Amino acid sequence: MAQVGHIDDGSLSPRRLDPYALTWRLPIIAWQVLFFVGPLLFMVAMSFFLVKNYVMQETFVFDNWAKMFSRNYFRDSYVYTLFLATLSTFVVSVLAFPASFALAFKVSDSTWRWALFLLIIPFFTSYLVRIFSWYVILAESGVINAMLSIIGLGPYTMLNTMFGTIVGYMTLTLPLVVVLQTFSLANIDRNLVQAAHNLGCSPWRTVYTVIVPLAKTGLIVAALFCFILSFGDFVSPYYLGGSKPPTLPILIIDTTKSGQQWPRAAVVAVVMMATLITIAFAAITLAYRKRTSR
Amino acid sequence: MTSGKKSILKPTRREVLKITGAAALSAPFVSRAWAQTTEINMLAWYGHGEPDVVGEFEAANNVKFKPKYYAGGDNMLALIAQSPPGTYDLILSDGEFVQQLNAAGYIEEMNAADYPFDDMLHPDFQKFPGHWKDDKLYSMILRGGHLGVSYNKNSVTAEEATSYECFWKPELKGKVGHFDWHLPSLGMMSLYNGNGAKLFDIDEAAWGKVKETTLSLRPQVGGFFDYGGTFNSLKNGEMQAMCGIGDWITGVLERDGAPVASVIPKEGGIQFTESYSIGKGSDKADMVKKFIQYMMSPDGQVKSAQMKAYPGFCVTKAGRAKLQEVDKKEAERSGQVEGHPNDPIALINEGRIHYRDIPKQQSLEDWNDFWSEYKNA
Repeated sequence: MAQVGHIDDGSLSPRRLDPYALTWRLPIIAWQVLFFVGPLLFMVAMSFFLVKNYVMQETFVFDNWAKMFSRNYFRDSYVYTLFLATLSTFVVSVLAFPASFALAFKVSDSTWRWALFLLIIPFFTSYLVRIFSWYVILAESGVINAMLSIIGLGPYTMLNTMFGTIVGYMTLTLPLVVVLQTFSLANIDRNLVQAAHNLGCSPWRTVYTVIVPLAKTGLIVAALFCFILSFGDFVSPYYLGGSKPPTLPILIIDTTKSGQQWPRAAVVAVVMMATLITIAFAAITLAYRKRTSR
Repeated sequence: MTSGKKSILKPTRREVLKITGAAALSAPFVSRAWAQTTEINMLAWYGHGEPDVVGEFEAANNVKFKPKYYAGGDNMLALIAQSPPGTYDLILSDGEFVQQLNAAGYIEEMNAADYPFDDMLHPDFQKFPGHWKDDKLYSMILRGGHLGVSYNKNSVTAEEATSYECFWKPELKGKVGHFDWHLPSLGMMSLYNGNGAKLFDIDEAAWGKVKETTLSLRPQVGGFFDYGGTFNSLKNGEMQAMCGIGDWITGVLERDGAPVASVIPKEGGIQFTESYSIGKGSDKADMVKKFIQYMMSPDGQVKSAQMKAYPGFCVTKAGRAKLQEVDKKEAERSGQVEGHPNDPIALINEGRIHYRDIPKQQSLEDWNDFWSEYKNA
């Protein structure tokens, strides 16, 4: 964070071209240009192509944009995807916070190291496998309903519902959000927390008026990661949500399956990218706004 | 321990000579074996290039199949269109897409005399729609399967399953699944509306009614699934009935003892047909022809009927006889026995089966657009 401040400092004189620094910077720049900017530009260009007899033709027409924007299902999918990703971000951020708080302030270093290890372990297995394992747990004949039946409850339908989708999103994002939130909370100056206590601030008020504002940047970045991953995820809404209704990533698959309409799928993808970039910029601005003004 | 380590790290001169000699002597055999193995590039639905189907042929003919699997005719056509000529030696296609393969010039003409047309179980299989053009053969029918009402026996009775109406049963609210492809599901809705043999050849008014009927089913629908999802949701009981599939999925589950079944309802069912074609420009056409002949032989037909990924019925008399001889249980289960109420050939003869086709009066895009709207409804 401090480095960002230094870079923005107008008092620094413009640097000369440093070959040594450039050598180290060049690979990441080349990587981004080759594997992010290049494909992104190609995707935008592709949205103006046409498909005839299953073969893509390089044209510059707005047919695909007109087609997709005239379809109600595209608008509905967009709104639903936005809603699901927002809901997921809210639920995950709220659920992750108590765990992150405990890991940052309450547990020993050894417990924190173990917790970090356990949070990273899920990423060792395939996300798809983890999602399919939820079938066993969430099915009407699954583990949860079997336990609930002991006390005379259920069975409840959890698979192929919005609840199932959110569970899937949490599988993907919760460990990451806990880690990011914990790092952010752990960096808070304990003296400030202690000062709040000494000045008579209640524990709850300390959290809301001292800890959360100080960790704001990290908390927003964690939420942003959650939103981005949920917004673009295909697996959870398809396999745990039953594609009912489809989200934008599912719409991309549907569009490419039917007549190999990659250009129309590119329209959906460009809209998704534009949405994510807008939200990411807004989130980053919000994350750093107060700090910059100080 | 120490001496062992020493011998590995510092082999004696005799050991070096022994290893070098063995390598030199075996090299010609290895390279000859590699040289003789013919690789056949196959484009097919999942399962057709697996060892349970092609393993014996590979071993007997020193060939190796390199399958590229697709899902759906559109996907298949795109894969071919985007590949250089000659990329695929063998193409397994849905019957309704052969015509498009041929029109685009992707497949070779075949010699009808090479295949057992005089042994077909049904006369329709001899001149199957789209497989011939100007009296020339372009694709060889391999097998088929029937799509109808697929259901869980614990919640739908056999009597209820005799009509697509069972999908609207109040107790099945949220328990009816769709195989996520518009053609079979909308075809079934068309049959339910009484369009019969013209299920894919409907005018705008009838198409409007099909859309209306389909939308009325939406509150019952619990999800839209691919192969794996369809399989799982029926297996774990999440879905109690499924629209758009047939024995090709429930048959696999039935083999595992799941209480599911598929029947052809009174409104009629749809047949999927899978056929082999030789890819245009293939330099292994002779070996591919030999493989198709093998799959049309009684042994090949049995392999196809028993395919682990999903079953299909035999199209030759000798194939069916062999299946009854070597796997009576599967023959009984799939109705491939004369006099069986679900005998696929008898169902065709009774006029209850209609071959799957592409929409005649609307475009595929129209049907797909509606499918997307339906999923969002």
